[in-house]
Amino acid sequence: MSAPWVRLLPRLLAPVGALLIAAAISSIALLISNQDPATAFSSMIEYGTRPESLVSILNRSIDLYIGGVAVAIGFRMNLFNIGVDGQYRLASLAAASLGAAPFLQWLPGVLRILVIVLIAMVVGAFWAGVAALLKVTRGVSEVISTIMLNFIGGQLVAYLLTTNHLGVQAKGSNDVATPLLPKDSWISGIPLIPDARSEVNGFIVVAVGVGVAYWFVLGRTRFGFDLRASGQNATSAVASGVNARRMVLYAMLLSGAVAGLVGMSQLLGERHAHTTSVGGLGFTAIGIALLGRNSPVGIALAALLWAFLDRSALILDLNEIPKEIVTIMQGTTVLAVVVAYELAERISRRGQQRRAGATVSEPDPRQPSEVPA
Amino acid sequence: MSTDAAPAAPAAGADEPPAVQLRGITKRFPGVVANHDIDLSVRRGTIHAIVGENGAGKSTLMKTLYGMHRPDSGEILIDGDRIVFHSPQQAISAGIGMVHQHFMLADNFTVLENIVLGAEKLHGIGAAAARRIRELSRQYGLGVDPEALVEDLGVGDRQRVEILKVLYRGARVLILDEPTAVLVPQEVDELFENLRQLTREGLTVIFISHKLHEVLAVADAITVIRRGTTVAAVDPGEVTPRQLAALMVGSELPSPEARESTVTDVPVLAVAGLSVRTAGGRSLVEDVSFTIHRGEVVGIAGVEGNGQAELIEAIMGMRPSTGRVTLDGVDVSERGTRKRREAGLGYIPADRHRQGLLLDAPLWENRMLGHQTEAPNARGWLLNNRGARRDTERIVAEYDVRTPGADVPAAALSGGNQQKLIVGREMSHTPKVLLAAHPTRGVDIGAQAAIWEHIKRARREGMGVLLISADLDELIGLSDTLKVIFRGRFVAEADPAAVTPEQLGLAMTGCG
Repeated sequence: MSAPWVRLLPRLLAPVGALLIAAAISSIALLISNQDPATAFSSMIEYGTRPESLVSILNRSIDLYIGGVAVAIGFRMNLFNIGVDGQYRLASLAAASLGAAPFLQWLPGVLRILVIVLIAMVVGAFWAGVAALLKVTRGVSEVISTIMLNFIGGQLVAYLLTTNHLGVQAKGSNDVATPLLPKDSWISGIPLIPDARSEVNGFIVVAVGVGVAYWFVLGRTRFGFDLRASGQNATSAVASGVNARRMVLYAMLLSGAVAGLVGMSQLLGERHAHTTSVGGLGFTAIGIALLGRNSPVGIALAALLWAFLDRSALILDLNEIPKEIVTIMQGTTVLAVVVAYELAERISRRGQQRRAGATVSEPDPRQPSEVPA
Repeated sequence: MSTDAAPAAPAAGADEPPAVQLRGITKRFPGVVANHDIDLSVRRGTIHAIVGENGAGKSTLMKTLYGMHRPDSGEILIDGDRIVFHSPQQAISAGIGMVHQHFMLADNFTVLENIVLGAEKLHGIGAAAARRIRELSRQYGLGVDPEALVEDLGVGDRQRVEILKVLYRGARVLILDEPTAVLVPQEVDELFENLRQLTREGLTVIFISHKLHEVLAVADAITVIRRGTTVAAVDPGEVTPRQLAALMVGSELPSPEARESTVTDVPVLAVAGLSVRTAGGRSLVEDVSFTIHRGEVVGIAGVEGNGQAELIEAIMGMRPSTGRVTLDGVDVSERGTRKRREAGLGYIPADRHRQGLLLDAPLWENRMLGHQTEAPNARGWLLNNRGARRDTERIVAEYDVRTPGADVPAAALSGGNQQKLIVGREMSHTPKVLLAAHPTRGVDIGAQAAIWEHIKRARREGMGVLLISADLDELIGLSDTLKVIFRGRFVAEADPAAVTPEQLGLAMTGCG
């Protein structure tokens, strides 16, 4: 076997195998509830691939993807940012309120979009930065502090999003939301899917950009190397000259800034205001990052798969199949993938060790050794 | 003396089966030297030494005997009965106990608590257990007080606690893995007296070491392991150290000697009044000052844990300290680790897995580590992955790193090859001063000679070296100046041309 295959084959087999296992477990759940798995899956695929569904899947995966990347940035250096939820809710509220605020109305629309996005990133980074500061100065685990900050952020948003403060009540509705953004700072859709009546949210461009930037910064810059080294072996990273505290701070700020972008596709391209329905993607984003193994492409595939399952679940109700089956699928997929990757990693490493070991125990060690390809 | 690989029949008492017998043990193991066709026969009531170079497969063999993994083939006989161990628990109940090289004691527990931990069912955790410990201590002359707090004990006492821990669990066969590595010569003598007492009481001791004079002093029988297999069973009364060394290495021993002096009078690293304290204010390094000149190797002798690790970390800027560090005329005291590295400090850490490598990352990323801001690894803020990859291939060739390529993860390499990669990496940036902690620990003899050669060459070219090593021969052989560290202070200086390991060992205990 040639070198790339030794490493790649198990890694490619892992997600496919995991998906099959998840499908099998879901089938068992379906059979227990007296449903035919074949019918359920085929109707899901049929419905999920309709043009209208494709648009909806793409739109949903924008937020999932950005959230997944935000979590993955933390994961890459062993930081567990569970606070994406609070970070983006606060970010979205701040961006929506300031974007619609009268004192910013003189800005031309495009610039105002930039300012809105910037505000969201700064607020997201700020909220994550609180956890980072606590960790660096007081040694508080970011797992605990980000969870707590989710609650604080949630309460803060609920308090501010009332008619006494930042909220307004739409006519003929009980919903309280921020005022609508001016029309010139709405971003338009992209007619990406032929035959679909709706358009894909224009913010998808930013999501792709986030993915490219994530790949570039982590894989091609010194900063990215320091970050990855810290995640793989903190003590080695320190010995190599990484300032561990500063790295925690930077990584957390970056993760929070990206998290701040999660609500932006909805704000700029769909609802044009911060509503009470914003929130709840933070934990899904953790699952997406795990599923995508922190890789920019992997997270994209994971987000698309998740969105597909979310969307195609809608048809199950119509066929009188409990749509909770999809939740089972999503859960088992994450578990199966995590287990499968761990297995693949071990098998791959053992293969490589064997090959390295073969190099060591060549008959005459003084001779430069040839490795059979 | 027989160099026969199969000492099958026990030498004495043919009616009595050997306490431990291994027949044809083979263990394949990815990445490290495996055991093959191991034959070993240990008589009851003897000290049986197993000698071999680092990496020859001694520890693998002992782990097999202790049930930590199962051999691929071959059989283990205890008192003549075939036994298959699936876990150390089974080995313990068969009367085999292991005293590890690194002590596994909880400092803030008493001796009693440490000994009963995990064996509470035997005699409880109270007076009965303490009585049993005193009884064992008296029987075997160990002099252990069950009420003492482990953190108050010296290294030798801790080792006796470890031995007692094993005896308490009913061991009849004790395996000691490199027991003298952490001891100074005087403590070694005490240990040997303890071991003789154990065998007088009918116990059997298997003693793993690569220190020949110790083995010859204490063992009743010796088995030599080389490249994973038993190559000879010898009687200590009939071999000379040189013969034994030749059996171990299979050729003549290389020597770290670097006598021709290259020391100049140009200081390159000056440390003045350096002190390191724990967060709690306890002193680890106390007011240490010294100067390294261009072309000079300054060796620091000391029993592990006397502040040498902290001293090196402080000079690297990894640990907060007071005092001044001047590198080539520039005060770097206020700089972080990265700036110090860029200014010309190279670092070979004592524990390469903890401070020297990213085990899951490919070799070329490991080649970047510690030098990720310098060419050929980076261009400005960007990484130069291709440059690093190409340079890794150069290091692999020049430093004889045995690997299928630069893309395999560091974890796939054996310890010696990992170390060669680290040495190659640090040398590639022509450091002004190299801080080398145990640079040849755990590497095979060929790699050891190569690493010495690289250090000597760089020294000729004007590099200064701060060398820490537990191997006194290496320390004496390589150093131009020797300092002895004890409880965080320099307590003595020695001339490496005149000092013997025994004198150095005495000074290391603080009595020098």
